[in-house]
Amino acid sequence: MNSGQKEFDVLVVGGGPAGMAAAVSAAESGASVGIVDDNPQLGGQIWRGEVQNCESEASRWFERLCASNANQLCGMRVIDQPGLGVLRAEGCKGFCDLSYRKLVLANGARERFLPFPGWTLPNVMGAGALQALVQSGLPVQGKRVVVAGTGPLLLAVAAYLRKRGAEIVLICEQASRSSLAKFGLSILSQRQKIGQALSLRKDLSGIRFFTNCWPVAAGGDGILQAVIISHGNEVEKVACDYLACGFHLVPNTELAALVGCAVKDGYVDVDDFQQTSIPSVFCAGEPTGIGGVELSLIEGQIAGLAASGKNKASQKLFSMRTRLQKFATRLDRGFALRPELKKLALPETIICRCEDVTYGSLKKYTSWRAAKLQTRCGMGPCQGRVCGPATEFFLNWKPDSVRPPVFPTILENLAAMPCQPEQSHSGAMRGPQ
Amino acid sequence: MPEQIAVTVNGRHVAVSSGTTVAAAVILAGAHCRTSISGEPRGPLCGMGICFECRVEIDGQRHQRSCQIVCSEGMQVSTSE
Ligand SMILES: Cc1cc2nc3c(=O)[nH]c(=O)nc-3n(C[C@H](O)[C@H](O)[C@H](O)COP(=O)(O)OP(=O)(O)OC[C@H]3O[C@@H](n4cnc5c(N)ncnc54)[C@H](O)[C@@H]3O)c2cc1C
Ligand code: FES
Repeated sequence: MNSGQKEFDVLVVGGGPAGMAAAVSAAESGASVGIVDDNPQLGGQIWRGEVQNCESEASRWFERLCASNANQLCGMRVIDQPGLGVLRAEGCKGFCDLSYRKLVLANGARERFLPFPGWTLPNVMGAGALQALVQSGLPVQGKRVVVAGTGPLLLAVAAYLRKRGAEIVLICEQASRSSLAKFGLSILSQRQKIGQALSLRKDLSGIRFFTNCWPVAAGGDGILQAVIISHGNEVEKVACDYLACGFHLVPNTELAALVGCAVKDGYVDVDDFQQTSIPSVFCAGEPTGIGGVELSLIEGQIAGLAASGKNKASQKLFSMRTRLQKFATRLDRGFALRPELKKLALPETIICRCEDVTYGSLKKYTSWRAAKLQTRCGMGPCQGRVCGPATEFFLNWKPDSVRPPVFPTILENLAAMPCQPEQSHSGAMRGPQ
Repeated sequence: MPEQIAVTVNGRHVAVSSGTTVAAAVILAGAHCRTSISGEPRGPLCGMGICFECRVEIDGQRHQRSCQIVCSEGMQVSTSE
């Protein structure tokens, strides 16, 4: 079922802070703009469900977007590139082809998951994931939550969940205190961040917070009941209803790779104008580096302005971006994963959740590609988005590039698509089981 | 007071406030989402549409990612229990 075709001067993929800023900047410069996001509402990860809350920064950007001529396409996920200058987006009613002169990719990041025994139990989920579920209607009043993994997201999530009535039993940060101290220093050198850090500290007062601490196993009868954590030389069993566990973020580079943009060291390669190796394609926000909401907003504006020919205006934002990028670099270093975590998985621990492939059966292979062919690891509907970063950390495997469609598509829409010349794509087209 | 929406999960009635995703409704109903190839119960992992662990059947349509779909009145959800 084809729902038609739309044309834009500037097409923005991703409706988080980076995408909204890009769309606003391009539309206010006079370009015809489309912004497409797979969520029911714009806002991305951090502003999920907030764009209509008056007085928030999210709502200010949203109001500007609504006042502009930008065309908002929500609930549509970009899955393929049927031709040069065209992206195909799929929604529940079918697909739509979106053509563009300039493209801005602002499709964010995802959490990194590291498998440990019991991580597949229901109610063990990402830290951002639990926050997203609560933002979209899951009550956590009175629920006991352990927040674990690494990164500033843990604190933001713990503070949010506590505000919503959850009992935060413990926050486990894998990084060491000395590593965090470096990060603390950088918080103080960033004036904007100080307020945020102080208010977080207040929101988190009285909560047990361990550094050098990580989950080694989760247990329960068909559902999570307790988590075992390692802390220094000790292990401790902690009863809880939810384990919110994520090991910082991984940039989403699959779409950029599909379009043909160069990806370097796991990030989309861009120049000062956020332009990728393909001149008509720009990239902003987390795919170019994990730097938080302020950096995403600045990069989005630069990309939106540059994509609509306003290079001069975009240059005014360069120095601000440089400052914020320094902070991002320190963040990366401060929260680097410790080598002990490479031993988290046991031979019987499932690594690929789509196909139930265990660590033991993967270790026999020397590359992601060989393991994929022999074990089906990474061949399920998540297309390696979850197990890829895990095997990269555990086994130093470099993930293969994702083949189109970059997300499994509804079979009916595949059937309606024009024949693709390269039939070898069919392996990746397998729909969800 | 947010508007209440009535859905069923595996035939059980669940009332949720408007804007609630199906994944949240499934957890509220005390159910899990899918059963893995080796028979494990699974629930949401990523909450953002990439892991496919939250797949359920919604109004007869299988393999829907429940974390990305908002409940609507009378929706019938079934999970692989
Ligand atoms: C789960 C999660 C929770 C987070 N929570 C916080 C928080 O509480 N506080 C904080 O400071 N930071 C948080 N972060 C970090 C956060 O990513 C940044 O602060 C900020 O949201 C980055 O903005 P962005 O616009 O670059 O990306 P995002 O906000 O991630 O926006 C990208 C958007 O693109 C959409 N998208 C991706 N692929 C496609 C596609 N193929 N087709 C259509 N749309 C697509 C995504 O659904 C998303 O809406 C979180 C990150 C994650 C992954
Ligand atoms: S929880 Fe991962 S796709 Fe829904």
